[in-house]
Amino acid sequence: MGITGIAAIGAGIAVLGAGLGIGRIGSSAMDAMARQPEAASKIQTGMIISAALIEGVALFGVVVGLLQG
Amino acid sequence: MLNTTLKALVWMVVLLLSAPVFSSSSEEGEKVDVTEMIMHHIKDAHEWHILSYTDGNDVKQHVSVPLPIILIDGGLKVFSSKRLYHEGETIEIITPEGKKDHYIANSELGYGIYHENIYKLNSAGLIDFDAEGHSLNAKPYDFSVTKHVFTLFFSSLLLFVLLKAAVKSYKNDGLHPPRGIARFVEPIVVFVRDDIAKANIGEAKYKKFMPFLLTAFFFIWINNMLGLVPIFPGGANLTGDISFTLTLALMTMLITVFSGNKNYWKHIFATPGVPIPLLLIMIPVEVVGVFAKPFALMVRLFANITAGHIIILSLTGIIFTFGSAAWAGLSIPMSLFLLILKLLVAFLQAFIFTMLSALFIGGAVAEEH
Repeated sequence: MGITGIAAIGAGIAVLGAGLGIGRIGSSAMDAMARQPEAASKIQTGMIISAALIEGVALFGVVVGLLQG
Repeated sequence: MLNTTLKALVWMVVLLLSAPVFSSSSEEGEKVDVTEMIMHHIKDAHEWHILSYTDGNDVKQHVSVPLPIILIDGGLKVFSSKRLYHEGETIEIITPEGKKDHYIANSELGYGIYHENIYKLNSAGLIDFDAEGHSLNAKPYDFSVTKHVFTLFFSSLLLFVLLKAAVKSYKNDGLHPPRGIARFVEPIVVFVRDDIAKANIGEAKYKKFMPFLLTAFFFIWINNMLGLVPIFPGGANLTGDISFTLTLALMTMLITVFSGNKNYWKHIFATPGVPIPLLLIMIPVEVVGVFAKPFALMVRLFANITAGHIIILSLTGIIFTFGSAAWAGLSIPMSLFLLILKLLVAFLQAFIFTMLSALFIGGAVAEEH
C-alpha cells in the first residue's frame, strides 16, 4: 500500500533515530569514563542498558516496517 | 607465536573461500526467492527440514526430521509429519497477486497444510480460498510438536541436565569448592543474584524471585545461542517466536501484579502529591503502563533475535541472489562477523530481559521511602 518500498524507508528512519540516540549515549559515556576512570564499569553497565532499551524501540519500528512491506 | 598462527588461519580461510570460484557454475533451476527462504527459516514448521537435494534421477530428495502432528478435531489425532508433507499431493494455486503458490493435501488423512497451517480438507479433498487468498476451511486445534516446540523441549532438557550436574557438585557438606560445570555456572548465578536481583529488588526480598530470574536468564540465553547453531538440533528461531516471548513477558507481568503491595497500587491509582485533575490523566496512563512495560519486553526480545536471524540469512542469501559462488568471499566473512555480534546480542538480550523484569518486580515490592 502506498508507494512501493515506503515500508523500508520507514524502517530506515527508525534505525536512523536509534543510531543517533545510541551514538550520543556512547559519546557521553566515553566522556564520563575519561573524566572519572574509577567509575568506568558502572558507566559501562548503564551505557549497555540504555543502548539496549533504545534499540528495543528502534526494533519496534523495524518490526512495523517488516509487517507492512 | 599467536600472530603467525592467526595469519596462517586467515590465509587458509581466504584461500578456501576462493575455491568455489573454480567449481562448476549452477545448473538451470528457478531463481531462488531469497525473501521466501528467509521467511521460511524464521517461521515455525511442522517438520524439521534439514536439506534438500536433487539426486541422479532429477528427483528432489528431502532430508528432514519428521515431528509428530497432534490435532484435536472431535478426537485426538496423532500422526507423523512425514504423512502430511511427503505422502500428500502438492496442489498448485495462484494467489490473488498472481504469484504461484502451492499446498500439500493428504486426502487419506483429510488434512492439508498451507503456509504451515493445517486445515481440514473439504469433500473434494481441496482447500477453498476466498478473494484475498485466505483459506475458508476449518482448522482443527493444532497441538503439534513443531520445530519451535521441539527446540523448547530440547533446550529445557539441556538446561536441566547441565544445572543438575552443577547442583550435584555442591552436595559435599560445604567443605570443598564445587567441581566441574558448577565452576562455570556459579559466577553467572552470583552475577544474576548480585547485579540483577539484589540491585533492583533489594536485600530483603530478592530471594523469593531468584528462581524466576535465573530461569528467565538461562532459558533465554540458551535458546538464543541454540538459534545461532546452523544445524539440527540448533537453528530454530524459538526466541524469535512471538508466542514464546509473549509467555515470558506474561510471566513477568503476572509476577509483578500479584506481588504488588499497597505502595505499588497507591503509586498507580493515587500517586502522592499529584493534584486531582492531573490524576485523572495519570491513572489511565499508569494502567496502560502496567501492560505496556511487559509488552515492550516481549517485542524487544522478539525483534532483536529475529532481526539477527534475518540479517545472517540475507547475507548468506547474497550468494544466491547473484547466482555465483564467488560472492562467498564477501558474504561468508560478513556473516561470520555478524554471527559473533549475535553471540553478544544473545547474552545481552537475556540480561536486559532479566534486569527489566527485576526492575518491575522491585517496583512492585518496594517499601515506602
